[in-house]
Amino acid sequence: MIFFFSIITTLLPSFVLANNNESSYFAAIIFILFVVVTLLITYFASKKTDVKENYYAAGGKISGFQNGLAIAGDYMSAASFLGISGLVFYSGFDGLIYSIGFLVGWPIILFLISERLKNLGKFTFADITSIRLEQSKIRMLSATGTLVTITLYLIAQMVGAGSLIQILFGLPYEVAVCIVGILMIIYVSFGGMIATTWVQIIKAFLLIFGASILAFLVFKEFSFNLSSLLEEAVKVHESKMEILFPGKLINDPISAISLGIALILGTAGLPHILMRFFTVPDAKSARISALYATTFIGYFYILTFVIGFGAIVFLSNNSIYLNESGKLIGSNNMAAIHLSHSIGGDVFLGFISAVAFATILAVVSGLTLAGASAIGRDLFVYVIKKGNADEKTELKVSKVSSVVIGIIAIVLGIFFEGQNVAFMVGLAFAVAASTNFPILFLTIIWKNLTTKGAYYGGMIGLLTTISLVILGPTIWIEVFGFKEAIFPYKYPAIFTVSISFLAIFVISKMDKTIKKNENHKKFEKLTRKAYLGG
Amino acid sequence: MSKKILYDRFIFLNKLIAFTFSLLILFFYFSFIFIIGFKPEILGILLNNSYITIGIVWGLSIIFFSIILTLAYTLISNNFLDKIKEKLKE
Repeated sequence: MIFFFSIITTLLPSFVLANNNESSYFAAIIFILFVVVTLLITYFASKKTDVKENYYAAGGKISGFQNGLAIAGDYMSAASFLGISGLVFYSGFDGLIYSIGFLVGWPIILFLISERLKNLGKFTFADITSIRLEQSKIRMLSATGTLVTITLYLIAQMVGAGSLIQILFGLPYEVAVCIVGILMIIYVSFGGMIATTWVQIIKAFLLIFGASILAFLVFKEFSFNLSSLLEEAVKVHESKMEILFPGKLINDPISAISLGIALILGTAGLPHILMRFFTVPDAKSARISALYATTFIGYFYILTFVIGFGAIVFLSNNSIYLNESGKLIGSNNMAAIHLSHSIGGDVFLGFISAVAFATILAVVSGLTLAGASAIGRDLFVYVIKKGNADEKTELKVSKVSSVVIGIIAIVLGIFFEGQNVAFMVGLAFAVAASTNFPILFLTIIWKNLTTKGAYYGGMIGLLTTISLVILGPTIWIEVFGFKEAIFPYKYPAIFTVSISFLAIFVISKMDKTIKKNENHKKFEKLTRKAYLGG
Repeated sequence: MSKKILYDRFIFLNKLIAFTFSLLILFFYFSFIFIIGFKPEILGILLNNSYITIGIVWGLSIIFFSIILTLAYTLISNNFLDKIKEKLKE
């Protein structure tokens, strides 16, 4: 207990020092309140986390509604709040393409994955793939897929967090990254899934509440008439009518389809999201979680759309928020933040800033926990110890891993300062779509899948994705500075997902070492469990 | 009805519903994506004297449609399919 409060007292002065106006003072109060409440929850949760069920899955006692909120809190990152409203501010309609893509994965998760996941698995999604396939190989692949996905995602979140907090609270970048890193280490290592869940629930509530007010204030100015909001936006935006239909960002069919595939299948392969379905008691509540998650996330994306168009109207000609060259101060991603000030004043700006901070914390905690369980459970217990490790050691390894992941995240966050890391989220989705999703999906539905097929096919999927992203325009041109990309498309998923599925299919078919009958029998058993439960 | 037949029908029904619902949402979404890729101008058509375009209506209705489909699926599974499941587990 004393330890937790000493953390707060060390945090407090840095905020007070950074306060230069009323809004950041208010933001600091709300944020510190958030930290105090979540640390208290962590403290009580820490008494229960010496049992595996509690540490990885909150004892399976989270209700469908709570889990739906927590999933929304896990999934709606600062990138989707600030990034998508910024995208709408910049190019209008194109922002909607992203929001829809991020949402459409959700019904698919419900129809194909969620209840089977709950019925078959315990703590990580590798629990499911290893029911009918060889433990150590398949756990190694799943853990690799998990760690690559969460590392990329974490870097993007940390760099975003650093620069955002720097702007909002006036704290130095490194301090901001350390605060985020230390808090997430505390939540995850002491409080495990229980603390992580509540951090995500509180954050989801705050974010949905804040975004609702922001969108409401925008809409009220136009007497709740969408057409007049759009009309006003067209008048002031430099692209005029073009903001009402697709154009700027995605202009060829391959990219459009490829992005769509990456977003849908990637969502269904994100390890920190899949893990949330183990926290509910049964298949029924797993479905209810997915239903609430879809509803909250869908509603939230409609709000970001309104907020983005509101930002066009209220910020485009407002010199307070623009720099000398007429661009938004602090990049387009600040659109929602500036809008909250322009429309709701200092106090509301403070509130939205604190919400953005809380948002980052909830997402990075979920990621860290997913990474820690991949190391502690999949790699340590099943790959290194071949299944012979007691609960105590397993939990110790998982908790230490969460600290190590946190420290790595802080170091990488500082290392990548000022770099354009937006592509890393895209890469994380591409890896999840081409490695995690195919092996999970085929384990559940395809009776002829073999260990070799899943292992080598999944590896091929992983390596192809990483190479095609490196050879593509985002890294080859924008990061390395070459003139022309070797692989012409920004979004490789249409190729990498096909290659991955094809490789798994062909290698499984060619695999002669496996006894067909035995494989089919195992599949029958898995199907029974998937549909009827344990 | 024997348990084996009931079980087979239950699995079939489950898969049928899961894949039909998935195809519905994928069809609705990818037809939107194909138009963005091949004929984006269609989405720019304004609806009767307002500034609302076909693209915006289509886009927002994908969000509503997703929510309605998940609601329908959850209701069917939780009320209808789960009853058969309970019978099978006896």
